[in-house]
Amino acid sequence: MTGAAAGGRASSAPLIGRDSEPTLFELSRSGRSSWQLPTTGIEETPLDELVPPEHRRPTNVDVAEVSERDLVGHFTRLSHRQYSIDLGAYPLGSCTMKYNPKACDAVAGLAGLESVHPAAPASLVQGWLATLVGLEDALCELSGMAAATLQPAAGAAGELTGLLLMRAYDAARGEHRRRVIIPDSAHGTNPASVTLGGYEVTTVKSDARGCVDVHSLRDVLDTDVAGMMLTNPNTLGLFEEDIVEIAAAVHEVGGLMYYDGANLNAILGMVRPGDMGFDIVHLNLHKTFATPHGGGGPGAGPVAVAAHLAEFLPGPRPVRLQDSGDADQPLRYGWHTPAHSIGRVHGWHGNALVLARALAYIEIHGRDGLVRVAERAVLNANWIRKRLSSTFDVAFDRPCMHEVVFSASALRKRTGASALDVAKGLIEEGFHPPTVAFPLIVDDALMVEPTETESYETLAALAEALERVAARAESGELAGSPRTTPVRRVDEARAARTLIPTFDARR
Amino acid sequence: MLAFLGLSSLDELFVAIPAALRIAGGLGLEPGLPEPDVLARARARADANRARTDRLVCFAGAGAYDHEVPPVVRALAGRSEFVTAYTPYQAEVAQGGLQAIFEFQTMVSRLFGLPIANASLYDGASAVVEAVNLGVGATGRSGVLVSAGLHPHWRAVLSTFAAGTGHRLVEVPLEEGRTRWDQAADETEVGVVVVGYPNYLGCLEDMAAVRALCDQRGALMVVAADPVAAGVLRSPGDWGADVAVGEGQPFGTPLSFGGPYLGLFACSAAHVRRLPGRLVGETLDADGRLAYVTTLRAREQDIRREKATSNVCTNQTLMALTAAVQLGWLGTTGLAEIATRCARATRYCRQALVGVAGVEPLTGTTPVVREFALRLPVAARVAVERLAEEGFLAGVALEDLVGPGGDGSVGKEAATHGLLVAVTERRTRDEIDRFVAALDKAVR
Repeated sequence: MTGAAAGGRASSAPLIGRDSEPTLFELSRSGRSSWQLPTTGIEETPLDELVPPEHRRPTNVDVAEVSERDLVGHFTRLSHRQYSIDLGAYPLGSCTMKYNPKACDAVAGLAGLESVHPAAPASLVQGWLATLVGLEDALCELSGMAAATLQPAAGAAGELTGLLLMRAYDAARGEHRRRVIIPDSAHGTNPASVTLGGYEVTTVKSDARGCVDVHSLRDVLDTDVAGMMLTNPNTLGLFEEDIVEIAAAVHEVGGLMYYDGANLNAILGMVRPGDMGFDIVHLNLHKTFATPHGGGGPGAGPVAVAAHLAEFLPGPRPVRLQDSGDADQPLRYGWHTPAHSIGRVHGWHGNALVLARALAYIEIHGRDGLVRVAERAVLNANWIRKRLSSTFDVAFDRPCMHEVVFSASALRKRTGASALDVAKGLIEEGFHPPTVAFPLIVDDALMVEPTETESYETLAALAEALERVAARAESGELAGSPRTTPVRRVDEARAARTLIPTFDARR
Repeated sequence: MLAFLGLSSLDELFVAIPAALRIAGGLGLEPGLPEPDVLARARARADANRARTDRLVCFAGAGAYDHEVPPVVRALAGRSEFVTAYTPYQAEVAQGGLQAIFEFQTMVSRLFGLPIANASLYDGASAVVEAVNLGVGATGRSGVLVSAGLHPHWRAVLSTFAAGTGHRLVEVPLEEGRTRWDQAADETEVGVVVVGYPNYLGCLEDMAAVRALCDQRGALMVVAADPVAAGVLRSPGDWGADVAVGEGQPFGTPLSFGGPYLGLFACSAAHVRRLPGRLVGETLDADGRLAYVTTLRAREQDIRREKATSNVCTNQTLMALTAAVQLGWLGTTGLAEIATRCARATRYCRQALVGVAGVEPLTGTTPVVREFALRLPVAARVAVERLAEEGFLAGVALEDLVGPGGDGSVGKEAATHGLLVAVTERRTRDEIDRFVAALDKAVR
């Protein structure tokens, strides 16, 4: 390995040393502190006079006692034990870990957005309302829908919101449909959301080409079907070519089509869910519209709908106000709750700062830039597919969209090294691994989504690294990987068997 | 790269998409703008917001509070290693984030007095929804007694999701700011009881009565606790709660127009296998060294699918990490100190405001911490608009929370005239005195 090659390979070793970092509780020393609070001039009434004795906590919450210097040292050292997209490529399939422009961070950090109270009257938050309305317009244009709610805090929250919209639509036409159809390749959130939405899951199988089997679909369609949830391109990275026929079949029995927007990155500006026949769409702003994922969140999962479902959307919604021409009513934006709203799905207005980032991202890229995002994402994925097709089996060997699914099945049978071993080996090569063991319908899946933001040099370095890992599998080396990380392979079974979810459970 | 693929144009990559579906003529969006132009636009929109804490002195709360966020917390929580990481699916390269969440879980567990805390949910409202789902699942009974003192928006979210789960929500009204549990005496098949502590009007509920009610009904006790007030109040666990939830925004997250915030969730050990969302646990690596990993994964949607305990996948990890840093900064003494300072400032401000002619407490003599509701001689919305002209965000008009007709927490007249006021450790005596004087003028 040459350390000087171009490309996004990260140093996989911690900066200095491999010692464990103690917890903050172990760093605590009685009498130390970091906090400083403003001088207020308010008299120091004893707590006894402020809180009735039966409600008083007998002792302070034992948090930790550390100096600011030790606090900074602790969390900085922890940060050195954490991979991130800023450090290097993150080709996690289905997750769309792209680099996010720092300008979007700057927008979210503006005092005039960040320090605004969510319950302030509309007259005092016109800038925020303009932001939300602008984003809703853009998302509707991108998805081919008529109206949207920005409240759902993540993709799964969007899914459940969409299913409740289905219920409300059903109820409004006097029906009580019980089933929702999901392909066997779907994300796990889909079936979990269906259950919470009060529906039963009907699974439809994929055909030999990795797409929904239209014949099997027709077999399960009847007037008990409230709708179908579909990701397109699907989780195999393949475009559902029969989408028009699928949508027509579902609509024929009176069902609704739900679009899981997890993979929208592949088709931005190329084709819109609305034009494919979808009625409800959720968008993962943290994937497609460049919100850094924060180690697991926050995200945002707005839901856009066709016109016939707009009256059911969660409220209150940010709206443009009609110009009344009244000089005493200069407000341009306000709130409105739709007539048959399903109600609130968030404590306030959604993950507002994430929404502001997404609008900035859309404005930076614009109509042409968003198309280039899709083009580059698909080009990069196909390059990886072809480049590695002699190293790993491609699960469905035809052009893919934004991600490609390989199978380590043959490699495992030959060498004993599974997709997980490949992943752990790749870590030693300085890359975050692809998604492993998903989708479930591919044996020992390795799902690579390079995204549009990685350079050719990085892709080449990633491909070479995967080739080296495959070669090492032949010699049985991967079982001990990774060796260069802050910790080596962790014992997940032990974690579940001897549950230690807090420092206090350690003893 | 195209040549390598044997293609002559990028368009050929998209042949799988039926031509008839392709967008003709491009998207109806503007062309892309240089970043400085986009920043200038965003700044212009930000400037159009008047309710910023650097322009209006903030006395608004209702679940979103203007607390001190020191530079050290911003610096640490803003490190790009934390901000730009993904969910820790590969534990070996995510030990930093995993350990921070392990520390967060420990802090929430200690704060709420319960042994298990998860890695976060979306916000307080989603946390209470998940708590109710857990309670109904554990007891097998779908009746849920919800105190009208639970935040009105959280009650609204509960009600929205109950349409899917079929849970039967029964709102139990307040009188002088305390829940009248006796009004729900006829309810049967009760699996869960939900109470706020303090409730959204700042009032301290009779927690022993809630526990007794739960024992009598065999129901789970869910406490929606304010995490700052919890610094001086008896913990939910100490009161016998089975599940405690809360809105974690006060720990280091700015007001942010309502999100992203942080759902706190803690429960007793008996319910760990029904826990929603992610959980970090300690384990060992192949060399026998201490390591962290997400655990009890079999509960989660990506493995259990339609039988999962929750559909949550993406959560609010960055806000949880921020809360761990903020709590580390506050430490044992600082947490008690801000809770005490909030209580002092609340007392000082409330006493001064009820001295204004025509202004009276809305919740009688029920003890309050954290915030309080007043009845104004004018409509509260009018007072808020007037006080904004004087440089104050005066609070939250109850009408904006419960609607013009009122609800089980306050009646119609109180909804119109009620103002909810929160005073944090950031408010000075001078600001409070000027606020009281301005309110005196505004309600005449």
